[in-house]
Amino acid sequence: MTSFWTGWISFIVLGSIFGCAWLLWVTRKSQKFDTETEQTMGHSFDGIEEYDNPLPRWWLVLFMGTIVFGLGYLVVYPGLGSYKGLFGWTSANQWEAEVKKAEETYAPIFAKLAATPIEELAKDDNAMKIGQRLFANNCAVCHGSTAHGATGFPNLTDNDWLYGGSPEKIKETITGGRNGSAMRAWKDEIGEEGVKQVANYVRSLSNQEGVDEAMAAKGAEIFAANCFVCHGKDGKGSHDMGAPNLTDGIWLYGGTQAIVEATVRNGRGGVMPSFKDKLGEERIHLLAAYIYSLSHR
Amino acid sequence: MNTVSANETYNYKVVRQFAIMTVVWGIVGMAVGVLIAAQLVWPELNTHYPWFHFGRLRPLHTNAVIFAFGGCALFATSYYVVQRTSQAPLFSNGLASFTFWGWQAVIVLAAITLPLGYTTSKEYAELEWPIDILIAVVWVAYAIVFFGTVAKRKSKHIYVANWFFGAFIITVAILHIGNSMAIPVSAMKSYSIYAGAIDAMVQWWWGHNAVGFFLTAGFLGIMYYFVPKQAERPVYSYRLSIVHFWALISIYVWAGAHHLHYSALPDWAQSAGMVMSLILLAPSWGGMINGMMTLSGAWHKLRTDPVLRFLVVSLSFYGMSTFEGPMMSIKTVNALSHNTDWTIGHVHSGALGWVAMISIGALYHLIPRLYGLKEMFSVKLVNVHFWLATIGTVLYIAAMWVNGIMQGLMWRAVNEDGTLTYSFVQALNASYPGYAVRVLGGAVFLTGMLVMAYNTWKTVRQSDAKAIDALAQADSVPHAV
Repeated sequence: MTSFWTGWISFIVLGSIFGCAWLLWVTRKSQKFDTETEQTMGHSFDGIEEYDNPLPRWWLVLFMGTIVFGLGYLVVYPGLGSYKGLFGWTSANQWEAEVKKAEETYAPIFAKLAATPIEELAKDDNAMKIGQRLFANNCAVCHGSTAHGATGFPNLTDNDWLYGGSPEKIKETITGGRNGSAMRAWKDEIGEEGVKQVANYVRSLSNQEGVDEAMAAKGAEIFAANCFVCHGKDGKGSHDMGAPNLTDGIWLYGGTQAIVEATVRNGRGGVMPSFKDKLGEERIHLLAAYIYSLSHR
Repeated sequence: MNTVSANETYNYKVVRQFAIMTVVWGIVGMAVGVLIAAQLVWPELNTHYPWFHFGRLRPLHTNAVIFAFGGCALFATSYYVVQRTSQAPLFSNGLASFTFWGWQAVIVLAAITLPLGYTTSKEYAELEWPIDILIAVVWVAYAIVFFGTVAKRKSKHIYVANWFFGAFIITVAILHIGNSMAIPVSAMKSYSIYAGAIDAMVQWWWGHNAVGFFLTAGFLGIMYYFVPKQAERPVYSYRLSIVHFWALISIYVWAGAHHLHYSALPDWAQSAGMVMSLILLAPSWGGMINGMMTLSGAWHKLRTDPVLRFLVVSLSFYGMSTFEGPMMSIKTVNALSHNTDWTIGHVHSGALGWVAMISIGALYHLIPRLYGLKEMFSVKLVNVHFWLATIGTVLYIAAMWVNGIMQGLMWRAVNEDGTLTYSFVQALNASYPGYAVRVLGGAVFLTGMLVMAYNTWKTVRQSDAKAIDALAQADSVPHAV
C-alpha cells in the first residue's frame, strides 16, 4: 500500500472518530442546562416540541468509552492503512500460531498410531474411534456417515474395490485422490442401438432381470471390441484402471437398463479428491486403517 | 409567502396507497418467511419445482419484507410526516404517484424474477440490472418529492424526523447505485464491475447499510414523529438528536466490514470495521433514549394505549439489537457467532422487534387519520396484535440464540486427539427443535398481521367520502398570516 493510501485511510478513519468526539464536546459545552429541564427549543412541528435537555451523562461516558477503546485498538492492531500495530498481529500469523500449537499437541498421538501397521490398527478400538471421527468430518459428506456410499460414491464396507483394497492401495487412494473420468462417452462411436446392446450384455454378466438375449449377444461383440480394454475380457474390471467389475451386481451408478445405457452413452466422471495436504501422512494412515476395518471385521 | 392557494391540501392519497400496501406486503413477505422456515423443518416442502425451493424463496422473503413492507412503510410515513411538519403539500403529486406505481412495479418484478432464478447473487441486492435501473429512477423521483417538499416548508428549521428520512433517501441512492454497478450481458444477466474481496466489501458496504440506513435511519425518522405524537409529549432532547444523528450517519457507513471478519478482506479493513461498529453503540442508543425518555410523564398511557405499546416495545428491541450488533462485531465474539443462526436471530430482533413493530405502531396511528376517523375499528384487536407480535418475536429470537450459540460451540469443539467432536450434520440435527420454534414464532407474528389486515379493512369501511372530505378541509395547509 502506498503512503498516500495509508494517509488517506488514517485521515478518514481518525477523522470520523475525532469528528464524533468534537461534536460531543461542542454540544456539551453549549448546553444551557446541566439537569433535566422543561425548557423547549421554541420550535413546534405539527404540534411537536423539543426539550433543551442536556446529553445524558452515562450515555456520554459510554460514547467516550467506545471512542477511547477504539483508538486504543487502532494502536495495538493494524487498522490505519499499512500501519502494522504494536505487536505486528495479522490474521495469517494468528492462524499459523494456532496450527503450530495444535500440531505440537496432537502430532505425537498420530505419530504413535502411524507406527502401527494398518491391519493391527484396525483391531484397536481406541484408534478406530479417532479414525471414525476423521471419517465423519472428511469423508462422510460423499461416502455417508456409515460409509455405505451413495449414487456415484462407492460403498466402503462391502470389500468391493475399484482401485484395490489392500492397506497400501487405500492409503494411495486417500493420499493422491482418484480421477475416475476414464469412462468415456460411447454414443458417437457405437451409436444408440449399440449402446442398448452393450447395456443388455453388461447386465447379463450379473444375471439382471429383463435382459434381451438377442441384444446381449450383439452387445457381446461390441464389448469384445471396445470395453475389454479397461473392464477385461471377462468383464471383471481392473484395479489398475479403476474399472469396475461388471459381473458382481454391485453398481456405482445403478444397474437398471436405463441407467447402464446412460453410463455407456455419456460416460461417467467421478472424482475422489486428494487429502495429502489437508490431513497429512499420519492421519491418512489412521483413516486408511479405519476404512480397512469396515470390511475386515 | 402569501401565495398559497386557498384550497391547497395535503396529499393523503399517496400516503393511503402506501399505507394499505404496507399491510398487504407485510403479510406476503412474512408468509413467505414462515414457509421457508417450515422448509428448514420439513425439507419435503421444497418440492421438485425449482421456483418453490428455499434457495429461491429466501431472497424473495428478504426483499419482500425489507423493500416491499419496510419500503412502503417508509414511503407512507415520510410523505405524511414531511407534509405535516413542513406545513406544505407534496412538491409534486404526479411524481409522488409515480413513486407509488414505480415501487409496486419493482416489487412485482422481484416477486416474479427471484423465484424464476434471476439473481445477481448479492445479498439484499439480488435484483437484476433492468430492475435496478427502475429502482434508481423511482428513488430519484422520491428524493425530488421529499426534498422539494422540505424546501417548501413554512418554518425555518427542519424537523428531526426529516433529517433521518433525508439521510436515508440520499445514502440509499448512493449505496444502491454504487453496489449495483454491473456490466449486462443479456436482458436478465449481468456481472458486477467489482472483483474478489473488493466486490465483497462493496456488497457489505451496501448490505450493512440496507440495515443502517433503510432499516434504521429511515425508521428512526418514523420514531421521531409518531412517538411524540402518540405520547403527546415533547421530544426528550434536541441536543441528543443532533449528536446521535450526525454520529450515526457518519459511523454506520463504516460498519459493513464486520460481515467479512476472518476472510480475504485485508486485516486493516476488518479492524477499522470492528472499531466503527463498536463506536456505533452510543449513537444507536441515542435514538432509543430520545424515544423512551419522550414518554417520561406519560408512562401511564402505556396501560391504555396499545399503539404506544407497539412504539415503546419496538424501541426496546431496537436498543437490544443495537447492543447485540456491536458485540457480535468484536472479532472474538464473531468467531463464535459467524455463520450460525445467531446472526439470523440478531437480524430478526431488529426486523420483527424494531422495524415491523414501529411500522405497525405508526400505521395504527396513521390509518384512522387518513380515513377521517379517530381510531382504528377495534382498539382491542390492536392489543391482540401487540401480544401476538411480541410473543412471536421473542419465540423467534430466543430459538435462534439457542441454536446459534449451540452451533458455534459444537463446530469448534475438539476431542483430545484434535479431531472435531461433532460432524456438521450433528449440529444440524441438534438445531431442529429451534427451527420448529422459529416456525411457531413466525406463524404467531404472521397471525398478528392478519388481525391487522382485518382491522384495517373494517376501519377503511367505516370511513366514507364525507369523512375524507372533512379531513381535507380540516387538514388543509395552514396559511401564513
